[in-house]
Amino acid sequence: MKLLENKRKLRSLREFLYILPFLVLVAIFAYYPLYGWFYAFFDYKPPFPLTWDRFVGFKWFHTMVSNKVRIAQLLSVLRNTFAISGISLAFSWFPMMFAIFLNEIKCTAFKKFVQTVTTLPNFISWVLVYSIAYSVFSSTGAINTVAMSLGLLEEPKIFLASSDHIWLKMWLWLTWKNAGWAAIMYIAAIAGIDEELITAAKVDGASRMKIIWHITIPCLLPTYFVIVMLNLANFLSNGFEQFYVFQNAFNKEYIQVLDLYVYNLAMGSGGYSLSVAVSMFKSIVSVVLLCITNGISKLVRGHGFI
Amino acid sequence: MSGSRQKTPKRKMQMSLGDRIISFFTYIVYSIFAFVCVYPFYYIFINSISANNLSEKGKVLFWPMQVHFTNYINVLKIPDLFNALKVSVARTVVGTVLTVLFSAFLGYMFTRETLWGRKFWYRFVVVTMYFNAGIIPWFITMMNLRLTNNFWGYIWPVVVQPFYVVLCKTFVESTPKELQEAAEIDGAGTLTIFFRVMLPVIKPILATIAIFAAVAQWNSFQDTLILMTDSKLFTLQFVLYQYINQANSLRGLINNASGTVDIAASLAKAQTATSIRMTVTIIVVTPIILVYPIFQRFFVKGIMIGAVKG
Repeated sequence: MKLLENKRKLRSLREFLYILPFLVLVAIFAYYPLYGWFYAFFDYKPPFPLTWDRFVGFKWFHTMVSNKVRIAQLLSVLRNTFAISGISLAFSWFPMMFAIFLNEIKCTAFKKFVQTVTTLPNFISWVLVYSIAYSVFSSTGAINTVAMSLGLLEEPKIFLASSDHIWLKMWLWLTWKNAGWAAIMYIAAIAGIDEELITAAKVDGASRMKIIWHITIPCLLPTYFVIVMLNLANFLSNGFEQFYVFQNAFNKEYIQVLDLYVYNLAMGSGGYSLSVAVSMFKSIVSVVLLCITNGISKLVRGHGFI
Repeated sequence: MSGSRQKTPKRKMQMSLGDRIISFFTYIVYSIFAFVCVYPFYYIFINSISANNLSEKGKVLFWPMQVHFTNYINVLKIPDLFNALKVSVARTVVGTVLTVLFSAFLGYMFTRETLWGRKFWYRFVVVTMYFNAGIIPWFITMMNLRLTNNFWGYIWPVVVQPFYVVLCKTFVESTPKELQEAAEIDGAGTLTIFFRVMLPVIKPILATIAIFAAVAQWNSFQDTLILMTDSKLFTLQFVLYQYINQANSLRGLINNASGTVDIAASLAKAQTATSIRMTVTIIVVTPIILVYPIFQRFFVKGIMIGAVKG
């Protein structure tokens, strides 16, 4: 009996040893970097290791809000972040509408084609998106050539190296890349709507717009709600790559969002510790936002999404 | 996709005028959407195979002019670019294989009742989905681990992905328990069961994970930007980005590098900044365009499972 018990224990330990290397990987790459937050309380200059005489306490958090130039910078970064996230949030219904009207198309081949080609951009990188933008919008690109031959423009307009409507442009690129993909979830949800509801409505003589308004949209609202909540939780995280590739000297003032600012601070001007402080501040606000939205979700739907 | 809707009403033309107008506009609007998504790729492609002096001036808009493929040959002659292609392919292959294997193994192990501390370790892995230390602490960690300017810096940080582990675990749990029990009675150990019994059974989910991991590796840009300063380790994405930003200085490099400065070589085939940029773009985008339509159902399956889970 004891032998059997020992054997079981041995096996249980042996199995643990099998997964141990992977747990170590997780510990190293997900948990260990957290210790880097300490750098926010030191005056860190790579490549020297941290020592206690470089301890500065909350100096960087003070710097963030004490120096006038810094405040102005931080405010403009926050403005950009809020503007871009705000636009995305305001138009977050777009993929839903995209899915609803796509579903109204009766020709299956056309529908499949549209779905495939609009989903494709989601799988190319932001660098490629930028390359496409550069090709199409540069001074000899398609847009300028067509506009000039039609007489709409006198001389080539430089679209990328300007800060005009940059927030809207960023939203447009994001939509170009993501809308088709985001619509897939709604398309699946539409397919799950009870067929009888729609047949009944048709028998009662409802038009297609009426069916969409009174049946499809209410059925999609729960999905939409989750998406809006997730958007809210990620309000401060617009992502990094999109803004990094599109940034240049002309639009920098309006394109620098928090994620990009954190990077530029550290890699551009060597302010490692300040950068960590800013990103800590962002993380804390994000966790609070996540808790709030999760709470709202619990109130409305009865369960959260974490 | 909802295929069921079309089958029911066969009686056709009872659409009211309003419905027909809506229908008409739907087709127009979606055609525009499709055009906006397809044309840029097409535009770049026809430019990359047209006469370079024409493409540089933006003359090529709707169809290729004076078709030639020398751009592709010349561009691959740039040593940096060929090297970048090798790095990109290597990281995609190695990264995908390891990610799939590790996620499958961990997902399977977390279903083993006998595993010591099973629940705790599972949570230990899954929780990491919800936090992130930030770019700089991550960079410092990588520096301490000597993973900057090191090919494995592309691989090790991403091979254990909690989300994929969750997918695999759920999938293994949905397979009949008898499979494992029967193998166990026959005397198979934990590892034998995994390699001989489970791996073949969970292939469908592995395909989905493989596609996602491969696309992520191929597209990755940020890690090169932060970790690598050695140009031998630059990926295609990174090199393309550099080319866009310094395309003008590049032209000289390429036309000289190809050796003979043949003055008679027609202007149509001399490399321009535009031609290089567009050709590289097509090279980088082609694998995705080829892979995506074939594996679309796997992608869709991935997002659906994700939606249910998350």
